[in-house]
Amino acid sequence: MSARDEILGKLKSKLEHANAPNGDNPAALHIQEHHKNLIPKRGDLDKAQRVDLFCQEATRVNATINRLTSMDDVPDQVSAYLREHQLPAKIKIAPHQDLKALDWQQKTSLMVDEGRGAGDDGVSVSMAYGGVAETGTLVMASGPETPTSLNFLPLDHIVVVRADDIAGNYEAVWERIRAKSGPGKLPRTVNWITGPSRTADIEQTLLLGAHGPQRLHILIVDQPAT
Amino acid sequence: MQSTSPHFKQNARDALADDPLQDALAKLAVGFPMRRLEAAARLPEFEGLRDEARDIKTHVLENLDYYLEAYEKKVTESGGHVHWCRDAEEARKTILGICQKAGAKTVTKSKSMISEEIAVNAYLEENGIEPVETDLGEYIIQLRKEPPSHIIAPAIHLSKEQVAETFRNAHLDLAADRSLVEPRALLEEARAKLREKFLGADVGLTGANMLIAETGTNVLVTNEGNADLTNNLPRVHVVIASIEKIVPTLEDASTILRVLARSATGQDISVYTTFCTGPKRAEDLDGPEEYHVVLLDNGRSDMIGSEFHEMLRCIRCGACLNHCPIYKSVGGHAYGWVYSGPMGAVLIPNLIGMEEAQHLPNASTLCGKCESVCPMRIPLPKMLRKWRERQFKAEMGSTTARWALKSWAWLAKRPALYRKAMNIGVAILGQFGGRGRFKSLPLASGWTSKRDLAAPIGDTFISQYHKGARGDQSGALMRKKVHK
Repeated sequence: MSARDEILGKLKSKLEHANAPNGDNPAALHIQEHHKNLIPKRGDLDKAQRVDLFCQEATRVNATINRLTSMDDVPDQVSAYLREHQLPAKIKIAPHQDLKALDWQQKTSLMVDEGRGAGDDGVSVSMAYGGVAETGTLVMASGPETPTSLNFLPLDHIVVVRADDIAGNYEAVWERIRAKSGPGKLPRTVNWITGPSRTADIEQTLLLGAHGPQRLHILIVDQPAT
Repeated sequence: MQSTSPHFKQNARDALADDPLQDALAKLAVGFPMRRLEAAARLPEFEGLRDEARDIKTHVLENLDYYLEAYEKKVTESGGHVHWCRDAEEARKTILGICQKAGAKTVTKSKSMISEEIAVNAYLEENGIEPVETDLGEYIIQLRKEPPSHIIAPAIHLSKEQVAETFRNAHLDLAADRSLVEPRALLEEARAKLREKFLGADVGLTGANMLIAETGTNVLVTNEGNADLTNNLPRVHVVIASIEKIVPTLEDASTILRVLARSATGQDISVYTTFCTGPKRAEDLDGPEEYHVVLLDNGRSDMIGSEFHEMLRCIRCGACLNHCPIYKSVGGHAYGWVYSGPMGAVLIPNLIGMEEAQHLPNASTLCGKCESVCPMRIPLPKMLRKWRERQFKAEMGSTTARWALKSWAWLAKRPALYRKAMNIGVAILGQFGGRGRFKSLPLASGWTSKRDLAAPIGDTFISQYHKGARGDQSGALMRKKVHK
């Protein structure tokens, strides 16, 4: 007997429901309906308050934030960030249409490369799928325009998120992803990112920048997508 | 891994004499519980979420066969492969087979307790493949050839000086006179070393905090980002997970995530929570080309429906360790196998046998703190008692201890006689304990060799109630009840 049949057989012989007809299966129904469970009230806010809460929570976990009113301001902000931290004027951007559409050359003297992350990338700029105010969490979804490696390889990660895409809780973002991907499907990788990388493995001392980015800078753009 | 659980008593003695360990445990004993309390206080719904998290896993275990099949179907649909394995050996062979087929020389690993359980590192090494642990704590203990001493903080037993020495011995290509005094220097050295490994690995092996049946997804929770470099960069991603890790939906996973980090580190959520589904899609710019899940039973299906069924709700947060007076005194290695603390004392006998792990369920004061902080509300003290009952029935333990227990049980079932015996005992002890303390006492040297025993002052509690000496009204009320 295969390991699969043996393990499942053992479970079926022990579990009482196993003889119930398939149509009545409470588990099948549970997946199909995917009910929301208890959702903390703290994210239940109007848009302005939601964005405020997002900022407050993300800042608590060592992210830095700038709030912009136009995507056109992104190149200047990135440039200013690099100067502030005395970083080389070189970035790797996600090949996302909203980032590619920006006038990087005109506005800055940055060297702009695009594509997936590489081991020697210093600073990356990516586009978030959304945000969650509840815990100041960014939601990144992998795709041809949003390679996952950009979120982890560079030491400095700059993320652009639209204020309209900041939800109150995780469940609201799952609803959006389901509507886009279809039921029961997800992109290869969905990353929830809450602050920069850290470890406390040496004498319980908190250090930022363990394997992922040491700094996480978020640009919130309050301008509806076109 | 070979267990040293039969030597728990000696292990515990060694641990108590280990100064760096005692320093680390003292720090842990304050930090983790305080941060958990603060996180819980920030979320009014925390207790309600614990109830729901418990109910989700209870429901899953009742329908585990269905959810496993549903999960498998989704993994396959997304282009992945599920490999069912009965035990550790099957799992090791399956993982080796995948690595060999991929022509792998190096495998990066992100922290997985199941991979410790099946001792896959040693097996890969024997077969010419280099496994590299990438969680900083795991990397340190891998270099030292030690098992983890805590579920979420595997190198918690080491001082930074010990880590520095480990790095000096391992990283021989670096300048011998480099400074490794600061933790930051240690981190940067490990980051650089492991970055090379991440970029060069052929296979990435991760665990799974959860498996989601709705989408065929594995969930990975880390603070370092090592699980992400492990699953994203190599050509092949292998997930090793035990069958009870299943949750039904994305909503259910979110509920459990809300209690996981709060219970573990006191963070509202860990830095990186990652949901991986299948291999990279045709148009994706990165991600693995192959995705495998090694789905392991290793004793879990035997626990279904048993007295230890509820243990399968465990999400490995480590809260029970952080709050356990025994763990906080002796640390994780004393338990002698992969797991430790109250969850280890319940789980280990299930996985390696009651005989081998017989000391562990007895290494508890049954104070109940573990159950009170468990996010999944697992009745750990109840299950520790179950093991003790089984041991008693199987006639394990010393003859003296068994005789003493039997005598006590006989007496305790006869309340009138019990009270009389207590009154006599208390009177005698009170007579001889003139200075209020005993420095030594026959039959109680186990206690008095380490500390004094307080002598009883006056009568027993019950006698005092009878005499009305313990307060006014409530005493009177109590007297009535006792007389009934």
